[in-house]
Amino acid sequence: MDSEKQKNKRGFLKENKWLIMRRLSQVLILLLFLIGPWFGVWIVKGSLASSLTLDFLPLTDPFILLQSVFAGFITDGKAVMGAGIVLVFYAIVGGRVYCSWVCPVNIVTDAAHWLRHKLNITGSVPLDKNIRFWVVVLSLMLAPITGMIVWELVNPVTMLFRGLVFGLGFAWVFVVAVFLLDFAISQRAWCGKLCPVGAFYNLVGKVSLIKVNAFNRDDCDDCMDCYQVCPEPQILKPVLKGESKSTLINDSACTNCGRCIDVCEPKVFKIGWRF
Amino acid sequence: MTKEEKARRKFISDTIKTVCGVSLLGMGAGLYSNSASSLPADILRPPGALKENDFLSACIRCGLCVRDCPYNMLFLGKPEQKVATGTPYFIARTKPCEMCDDIPCVKACPTGALDHSLTNIDDSRMGLAVLVDQETCLAFLGLRCEVCYQVCPIADKAITLEKQHNIRSGRHSLFLPRVHSDYCTGCGKCEQACVMAEPAIKILPHRLAKGHIGDHYRLGWQEKEKAGGSLVSPDAKREYNLPEGVVYDYETGGVTEKDSPFSKNPMDTLNK
Amino acid sequence: MKLSRRDFIKNNAIASTAAVAGITIPGISVVEAGSKTELRWDKAACRFCGTGCSVLVGTHKGRVVASQGDPDSPVNRGLNCIKGYFLSKIMYGKDRLTKPLLRKTDGKYDKNGKFEEVSWDEAFTVMADKFKTTLKEKGPTAVGMFGSGQWTVWEGYAAAKLYKAGFRSNNIDPNARHCMASAVAGFMRTFGADEPMGCYDDLENADAFVLWGPNMAEMHPILWSRLTDRRLTHKGCEVHVMSTYKHRSFELSDNDLIFKPQTDLIIANYIANYVVQNGGVNKEFVEKHVNLRLGNTDIGYGLRPEHPLEKKAKNNKKRKDTVGSKPMTFEEYTKFLSDYDLDSTSEKTGVPKENLLKLAKLFNDPKKKITSYWTMGMNQHTRGTWINNLVYNIHLLTGKISEPGSGPFSLTGQPSACGTAREVGTFAHRLPADLVVMKKPHRDFSEKVWKLPEGTIPKKPGFHAVLQNRKLKDGKLNAYWVQCTNNMQAAPNMNEESYPGYRNPKNFIVVSDPYPTVTAMAADLILPTAMWTEKEGAYGNAERRTQFWREQVQAPGESKSDLWQVMEFSKRFKVEEVWPADLIAKKPEYAGKTLYEVLYKNGQVDKYPTQEVKDSRGNVYQNHEMADFGFYVQKGLYEEYRIFGLKGPKKGHDLAEFDAYHKSRGLRWPVVDGKETLWRYREGYDPFVKKGAGVEFYGYKDGKAKIFALPYEPPAESPDKEFDLWLCTGRVLEHWHSGSMTQRVPELYRAVPDAKVFMHPDDAKARKLRRGMKAKIESRRGFITVNVETRGRNKPPKGLVFIPWFDARHLVNKLTLDATCPISKETDFKKCAIKISKA
Repeated sequence: MDSEKQKNKRGFLKENKWLIMRRLSQVLILLLFLIGPWFGVWIVKGSLASSLTLDFLPLTDPFILLQSVFAGFITDGKAVMGAGIVLVFYAIVGGRVYCSWVCPVNIVTDAAHWLRHKLNITGSVPLDKNIRFWVVVLSLMLAPITGMIVWELVNPVTMLFRGLVFGLGFAWVFVVAVFLLDFAISQRAWCGKLCPVGAFYNLVGKVSLIKVNAFNRDDCDDCMDCYQVCPEPQILKPVLKGESKSTLINDSACTNCGRCIDVCEPKVFKIGWRF
Repeated sequence: MTKEEKARRKFISDTIKTVCGVSLLGMGAGLYSNSASSLPADILRPPGALKENDFLSACIRCGLCVRDCPYNMLFLGKPEQKVATGTPYFIARTKPCEMCDDIPCVKACPTGALDHSLTNIDDSRMGLAVLVDQETCLAFLGLRCEVCYQVCPIADKAITLEKQHNIRSGRHSLFLPRVHSDYCTGCGKCEQACVMAEPAIKILPHRLAKGHIGDHYRLGWQEKEKAGGSLVSPDAKREYNLPEGVVYDYETGGVTEKDSPFSKNPMDTLNK
Repeated sequence: MKLSRRDFIKNNAIASTAAVAGITIPGISVVEAGSKTELRWDKAACRFCGTGCSVLVGTHKGRVVASQGDPDSPVNRGLNCIKGYFLSKIMYGKDRLTKPLLRKTDGKYDKNGKFEEVSWDEAFTVMADKFKTTLKEKGPTAVGMFGSGQWTVWEGYAAAKLYKAGFRSNNIDPNARHCMASAVAGFMRTFGADEPMGCYDDLENADAFVLWGPNMAEMHPILWSRLTDRRLTHKGCEVHVMSTYKHRSFELSDNDLIFKPQTDLIIANYIANYVVQNGGVNKEFVEKHVNLRLGNTDIGYGLRPEHPLEKKAKNNKKRKDTVGSKPMTFEEYTKFLSDYDLDSTSEKTGVPKENLLKLAKLFNDPKKKITSYWTMGMNQHTRGTWINNLVYNIHLLTGKISEPGSGPFSLTGQPSACGTAREVGTFAHRLPADLVVMKKPHRDFSEKVWKLPEGTIPKKPGFHAVLQNRKLKDGKLNAYWVQCTNNMQAAPNMNEESYPGYRNPKNFIVVSDPYPTVTAMAADLILPTAMWTEKEGAYGNAERRTQFWREQVQAPGESKSDLWQVMEFSKRFKVEEVWPADLIAKKPEYAGKTLYEVLYKNGQVDKYPTQEVKDSRGNVYQNHEMADFGFYVQKGLYEEYRIFGLKGPKKGHDLAEFDAYHKSRGLRWPVVDGKETLWRYREGYDPFVKKGAGVEFYGYKDGKAKIFALPYEPPAESPDKEFDLWLCTGRVLEHWHSGSMTQRVPELYRAVPDAKVFMHPDDAKARKLRRGMKAKIESRRGFITVNVETRGRNKPPKGLVFIPWFDARHLVNKLTLDATCPISKETDFKKCAIKISKA
């Protein structure tokens, strides 16, 4: 009860600052793609797979391009530069920043998690968090076997975003499937265990420069609020419990979502440079 | 079992489970991809699209071509459609390609799934127009329709009208549309414009539209034209047994009498 | 609310877009036309061009659900063009007008009000009030009517009678003025009688065809397929095609002649010169059947008198100067022609010498049977009458006329330009059967047939089409009725003449139409009109073939036929309100009677009582006019009209009796003893030619036709530095005229949705334009914006562009100039100067 009161005192905005910024980021990025078709103002064209901003800046999803290469097509188009820019960007800010600040499915899985928590559903099929890396391997291996970018046929991530920008069709079926999976079958399954896009960016983020820092871990009162909200809770323990020397959350599974900063009463976390 | 052994066993079994699960997923996706890669005949790719198999490896499903089409006639495949999800297509009957001179869709493609070496839209081959139903085509029935010919952006080359005597009416001519694959880009204007309830002319993929004559036979008149003359030595000059005063000309097919009705020999005239 | 011109054009664009966007044919026609449904079939004439194809109309439950080309028709043998293919859909556009609409504010008529639905009674009350006030204040010359070559025969006849006899105003003119007037004036001037001497059977008998401009391939599709068949199957058959730009008829051409606009006059004289110089003249024929005349020149351009060109011209002030001519000898004629030699002709026309020579040699060959065809290129021409005369000259010089396969043949644009506009005489100067208002004996005869007091019909010709719009603008013509045509879209110089005329506050404009056309939008009162087979009708095609049809279905809502409207309106007028007392005094029995009683219930028109209209298979048809007026209106009007042909001062116009036409697929007049006439003026073929005469052009008393020596004179407006291109307007195969019917057929709309400017790729490039880009087309009178087309059906030479006029969203007549042939008064829609820039 005490902590509840405390929280109320901090105020909604402060308590959800990072969440609101993330949602804004996700919606803003979507809107950038939509004001073209809606209002004829073309700032960004295309989709997350590949886009052109202000008829100048190409951005391409490196994972899809990699699949294309595995499928046997070597492009010399703008996509190469676009993928390079994206890689450098995520390498700096943290690979899985894509997941928490850009990806529209994040909203879906967060919603599933929120509802799951609200309804107090506890049963969860255990899934290994490393499955996603296998799926990365699988999607890359299927490409040369079938000669096409197979994963994109079923990828809910690109499908949802493309659907929102170009027309949804039955893509909602895949989205609902992800929601149901996370909500009813296995907690945080899609983003945390299965999604190869996240896994790919996970790998990209190995060297990222921006990290969450539990600089104030000495103040941690073990309230477990951060574990509750963290999409990858396994990464917290080593840092909070002092198992690692550094206070940086170095695991590249971290999405830099900042939710832990929002919920932490004693202000254990902050976002900062790696060095 | 020691704790470590338990952990080891669990690791092994988990790994096997994961691999099996992921493999199953893979097989499913592979099979699905197989059905998704066979494009239905009425679905056409934008200009410059690589061969379907190559296209599916090259297209990263970004939709930039769709965005740069000034006529909004390109769409991205949706999961429920029989076209690979996220890949661009158009349907000739509803919105055909307008064949822009500057081919913005090709320029927009970031990978070259739409081949950047296509710079003249007339060289694109999105499909091939085929007059699929001569029984109902109004032109074959003798009506003056020709809408497909009129709307063809490369009329007189891609579609020509062949004139033929209308045997039924006896005094009219048929104007039969004929498609020439050397020129037809498959833009689909003809299929869209066909005024019938179901079009008699349709754009089909080349694999369905084209016959092949076989390498064992050549068309003599074409070979001769290509070579600029007979492939062997030309035919020898011919002479014929003909009655006096009669001229025979093979080219005109005519047997004619010479201008003068009189023979050189007066007796011929007298004894006629 | 005052409707400004901008608003009007904006609204018009919106309305027409909406009209074409939402057009779907109600499901009923599709569902019920299923192959198993039993349809009632009956014959009719196609609603579109002057070819006059016969069709069978299939009805089911009071709706036309199908049509077919009539396999027994001599014209088309079961075939149709793509417009005819969709005939069954033209009556069912979603936006059919079904109630009279009057501009009102606060429940009262207001020129600047908005259209509101009114009853027929209210519509006619307001309309009659306007007409009566106008007649009272300004006299008969202030009322007028614009009619149509798409009127049925009796509609045109009844309307002409109402105006010329009832209102005593000759201000009635048909849209055929824009279309055939030069051919009419040409035929009348050369032969003393209107309409071609030949028939479509020329197509199967000629050795060569010479096209003086027409794009028959698109505009007369079924005739073109007959011509093509002759070319394919008759050895040695040649087709020579002339035009100012390359169009689809060149596909069949053996000799392409692309000439500079207006220089067809030079080509015609060159050919005449060639045959005179090279022995091609049929001397015996010329001697026996031809008079030579030197025509007056410098006759102006039919513009407003204050125009500098008119001030400058010499022979344009009086009619007799404009049409005047004097006799000349053959030697003088030979000398006149000698200027038109090969070198100078080639230079002035831009046609290579060998092409000119090829054409000249064709006419010079006495063995070749040659048919000349033309349409709007020769008619819509500031020297339209002249060029018609000049082509007749060639056929007369060579004697290639009035025989199977030989003759000059003017193709008509409209289904009844011949039948209604010309034969009935709905022109401002005409009376039925080639009679004219200027001649006393002709007026006397007409008044006798119509049982009118002497002097009823005014002597002075009324305002012709272009003059009507000018007089509307000037406030001299104030009560005006437009039927069966879309003249706001069709008439030239819309911005400066037509629109200001219609919206002049002094004027009251009535438009009868089935659809909300551009013209209807500019009206004050709109009357919903029954169309095509919603009424019993008759059309006369280009080869003098008159065809009838019965009423097949009821018109939607309160729509009424033009005939009903004219006759019903006539009931609103007492003779005392329209005729002076001294005229009534000559026929006191008419005192107190209505115009309806004097004109239609005159003991002659109402002679045929109500009867069942039945076909030979026992099907019974409705006839709304018969039901409403209580007698067989169509038969009565037709039989009265027939008297003009049988007994009139001009011979050779005999028509068969009414019932005969309901039995046949049309008959070609003169019909004598039930026999049709194929080739007129030729003994044996034409019963009116005296025995032993061989050929007799009996339109003139001496039986001789006239050759007119007429020179080249330049067009009214030519490209200059600023307006550097020629504009030519015309049609496309898929759409009929202003598109009010065919644009409402979704398939035809899809086939050709909008007008484009056809131009040479180099001309486009020079203006930084590419195919598909929007271009601004500007003349001295206005501008429009259309897309550029550098490919496709029309391939203009450098310096000339072509824009079709069917598209209500791109009104090309904002650009055109209202210059006319001073003799025929037909506008030159083929030549004006424009400039083009990127829009």
